[in-house]
Amino acid sequence: MELVTPPIGLLFWMCLSFGIVVWLLAKYAWKPILGSVSQRERSIEDALNEAKKMREDMARMSAGNEELMRQAREEREVMLKEARDIRDQEIAGAKAKAKTEAEALLGRAREDIRNEKNAAITEMKNQVAELSVIVAETILREKLGSEAAQHALVDKVMKDADLRKS
Amino acid sequence: MATFAAANGGTLAPMSLKRLLYNTFLFLGALCVAPFAMAQEGAAHGIPDSTEATAHSTATAHEEEAHGSAHAPEKFNAGKLIMEHIGDAHSWHLWGHTSLPLPVILWTDKGMECFSSGKLMDEHHHAVPCQGAHYTYLLEHEKIQAVHTDGSVNETAKLIDFSLTKNAATLIAACVLLLVVFIGMARGYAQRGVSAPKGLAKFLEPIVLFVRDDIAKSAIGEKHYKRFLPYLLTLFFFIWSLNLIGLIPIFPFGANVTGNIVTPLVLAAITFLIVTFAANRHYWRHIFAMPGIPAAVLVILTPIEIMGHFIRPIVLMVRLFANIMAGHIVLLVFFCLIFIFSKNGESLIGGYATSPFALAFTIFINCLELLVGALQAYVFTLLTSIYIGTAVAGGHDDHHH
Repeated sequence: MELVTPPIGLLFWMCLSFGIVVWLLAKYAWKPILGSVSQRERSIEDALNEAKKMREDMARMSAGNEELMRQAREEREVMLKEARDIRDQEIAGAKAKAKTEAEALLGRAREDIRNEKNAAITEMKNQVAELSVIVAETILREKLGSEAAQHALVDKVMKDADLRKS
Repeated sequence: MATFAAANGGTLAPMSLKRLLYNTFLFLGALCVAPFAMAQEGAAHGIPDSTEATAHSTATAHEEEAHGSAHAPEKFNAGKLIMEHIGDAHSWHLWGHTSLPLPVILWTDKGMECFSSGKLMDEHHHAVPCQGAHYTYLLEHEKIQAVHTDGSVNETAKLIDFSLTKNAATLIAACVLLLVVFIGMARGYAQRGVSAPKGLAKFLEPIVLFVRDDIAKSAIGEKHYKRFLPYLLTLFFFIWSLNLIGLIPIFPFGANVTGNIVTPLVLAAITFLIVTFAANRHYWRHIFAMPGIPAAVLVILTPIEIMGHFIRPIVLMVRLFANIMAGHIVLLVFFCLIFIFSKNGESLIGGYATSPFALAFTIFINCLELLVGALQAYVFTLLTSIYIGTAVAGGHDDHHH
């Protein structure tokens, strides 16, 4: 029974000391400790949120960069393709132009050659005709000096003409 | 003590296992009756023979009676030793016949009285009457009584003992320790701001957070827990530190404060007051007229609920008290086995043979008590939180049980 009978003295000290301890600790220990702990928790949470936001921003930015890169690549492709097309067109145009020019040159050259040839032939014909007139004059002077020879020639020409006709 | 003597007064034959068990059981049985036996013994010794002439001669006679001649070793009495260890004392026993006197503070109907407890006993640790300013005092089984000069109890004198006993001194020391540790910790926080804790705070902060998050917040709820947190934190660390102090057997520690009825009584009473005053109308309606219960059942239920309001703190008190006291008793029982089997020094073999087992068990129980000490602090705080939680829980949302 003695064990479960609270002695008044100890009861008094217990109430007094525990009361004081609760009051002092509440005021000078728990309040600052819990305050700074929750403050720290808040700051950690804030930092985490900020980091998360930054990460999201970074992700968004890198996605933007990628898009930009993609666009740039596409643009480059287009530009390259255009350049290639232009080059091909140029080359083809140049080739065609060169061909026509060459052909034109060739044609002119051929015409020139033909003209020259014709001129040469005409000249030759004229010279031959002159020459033959001279020759004929000369022969005629030689052969048709006499009457008889003139008759013989007329005959012969007549004959030849007949022959030529047939 | 008769059973006890029978158990120890057997033959000196080598001890078989059976006999060992038999002795243990008898001893444990004897422990159960030890307090009553002690009380009887006290009654027999308590009031000295009134035919003795003076108080001094009474003491001398008393001493001779107990000691025999020339300091013959006292007969070992495990029950008495254990009860002395778990009980309170007016002086702090260190070793042998050396003890540290503690201040005795008495309130009497004639005024306050203050002296050292060393005056209440002689060099052999036997009570001697002490002449105070108002009365003559005699320490009888750790109870200070006012006596007449002839040694008989002064029935008319009124006195209340406010002495700083071993428990009271430990209590105050523990309070100072808590204040120093936690106010120091708070100062560290003020200096370092929001950076991580250092030193002792590094160890204590998780416990503080555990009490806050897993005890207070989960049992009381987000809305109300902050009001009660300072009390709950103090409660937890108070009980835990005193439990641990009680487990250290050497000098500045070892007082069984939480295993004394006063500590759990006061703590449970504070919990009861908090619950009673913090309770809202939902709580009282649940007690006096539980919603949705027919009137006929309420006739039975309401008294049960009202009783429950008082029984819960009582159970809280008994749980802490019984757990810690039982822990101390079991520890001491295993330790005392050595002296019981050595038959008060007669059988050295018995003593040596028992000591390894007794020590192993003592160490085991001590480790267990370390756990129990923390566990009981947790349980007390948790149950207090739960009682407060039911008292402040609002509305219909919280009342689905």
